[in-house]
Amino acid sequence: MSYTKRNDGRKFDEIRPIEAEAGVIKSADGSARFKIGKTVAFATVRGPREMFPRFMKNPKRGVLRVHYQMMPFSGVGDRIRPGPNRRAKEISMVTANAFSEVIDLESYPNSVIDVFIDIPQADAGTRCAGISAAAIALADAGIPMKEMIGSVAVGKVGDKLAVDLDYSEEAYEGGAADIPVAITSRTKKVSLLQMDGDVTREELNELLEKAKVSCAQINDIQKKALKDKYEVKK
Amino acid sequence: MIINQEMKNHIIKALKKDLRFDGRKKEEFRDIKVEYDVAGSAEGSAKVTIGDTIVMAGIKLGMEKPYPDTPNEGMLMVNAEFMPMASPDFESGPPSIASIELARVVDRGIRESKSIDVKDLCIEPKEKAWSVGIDIITINDGGNLMDAAGLAALAALKSATFPKLNKDGSVDYKEKTDKKLPLVKEPIMVTVHMIGEELIVDPISREEKCSDARLSVSAIDDKTMCAMQKSGEKALTTEQVDKMVKLAFEKSKELRKRL
Repeated sequence: MSYTKRNDGRKFDEIRPIEAEAGVIKSADGSARFKIGKTVAFATVRGPREMFPRFMKNPKRGVLRVHYQMMPFSGVGDRIRPGPNRRAKEISMVTANAFSEVIDLESYPNSVIDVFIDIPQADAGTRCAGISAAAIALADAGIPMKEMIGSVAVGKVGDKLAVDLDYSEEAYEGGAADIPVAITSRTKKVSLLQMDGDVTREELNELLEKAKVSCAQINDIQKKALKDKYEVKK
Repeated sequence: MIINQEMKNHIIKALKKDLRFDGRKKEEFRDIKVEYDVAGSAEGSAKVTIGDTIVMAGIKLGMEKPYPDTPNEGMLMVNAEFMPMASPDFESGPPSIASIELARVVDRGIRESKSIDVKDLCIEPKEKAWSVGIDIITINDGGNLMDAAGLAALAALKSATFPKLNKDGSVDYKEKTDKKLPLVKEPIMVTVHMIGEELIVDPISREEKCSDARLSVSAIDDKTMCAMQKSGEKALTTEQVDKMVKLAFEKSKELRKRL
């Protein structure tokens, strides 16, 4: 059994349709909604503000604190129990790491920048959608960033290399590899990399190149979302 | 111990000359020792010593009802405890993010390699299946808990045997059988650290504390990897990723021989 045609008819190096919007949550300092295929992520930025609890203050640099969470009704099947579980905690940590390269936290001593990533609807690739949304929200909040960050999952479905796997592909019976990647927009560095499934070194290199292309496409959409909000309308 | 910038600069300067505190080269592991069956009451156990780092792993097998979404499969759980006995940095209380990450990365290595065929663990669909609980306990943190934990978990799985299953479906833990866990593949995890621009394996605590980025790779064989995790604050170029993966594969061959 081989996977020759994608379930939703896309090309193997084609990402799902994306919608992005900045400033969707009015009470936030910055916010965004990022939809890729059927996966939706909200990112809300609050801060920079004084770190609370106080003992977590760092007098040398600000802290980027990410809170990733799936909404209880976001998955197909059982209700997801709200509150941070082990998976959410790990995703929050790797997301914060993905941004530490591009945000100059040294200009915000004693402060915290809180990023809340909430997933109302999931069809694989939620951490990547969350990162793409958070990048827009951070820029919307006016946090100085050296570069944008786009994120997409690449992988292998059966023996075919593909970008932006949806859930049916992740769960493909013939085996799938899922590799969430985040790429910085200018220097093209990998700031998030995780993997499960089987790949070789050569396949990984090829997939990272594909991820660079897809993330550049995402960057264009992110930029457009920000321009749409801030451009002076005539 | 707190590492200041001067110490970090010193470490990087020395690494450029391929020098480390304990006289090793950048790509060299400390001595590795694997002992099996170190906890008699567990169904399987192992202790791994890498230099000063000591990690124990134990397997407990239980009979449970399968999850509703996977009625024909047994369960696999990995948990890690960073014990206060192991390091001045570890405190009792809820699990730290470091221990959660370690448990999840080891879990992914074992789960995704399909080293245990979870379908083989099912006794009666929807009703009864073996659950495999892997607990990783740190005894002493001398750096590189990650690789030590991966190795200990795998070694413990290799040593595990099923207890007797009574006709009524209950488990008689006092009577062990000769039946081993169905282990199909053996994922070996190697973590490569980047300090400055230098790549090293098997860091001691001091090196680990100034690591800028790390990549853990679980290799099933000499060519295929089944899990990966990048951590740390610095981003990597794709060339660096490739170098790290290559180094991890090379080292995994060495570690495999220790089992």
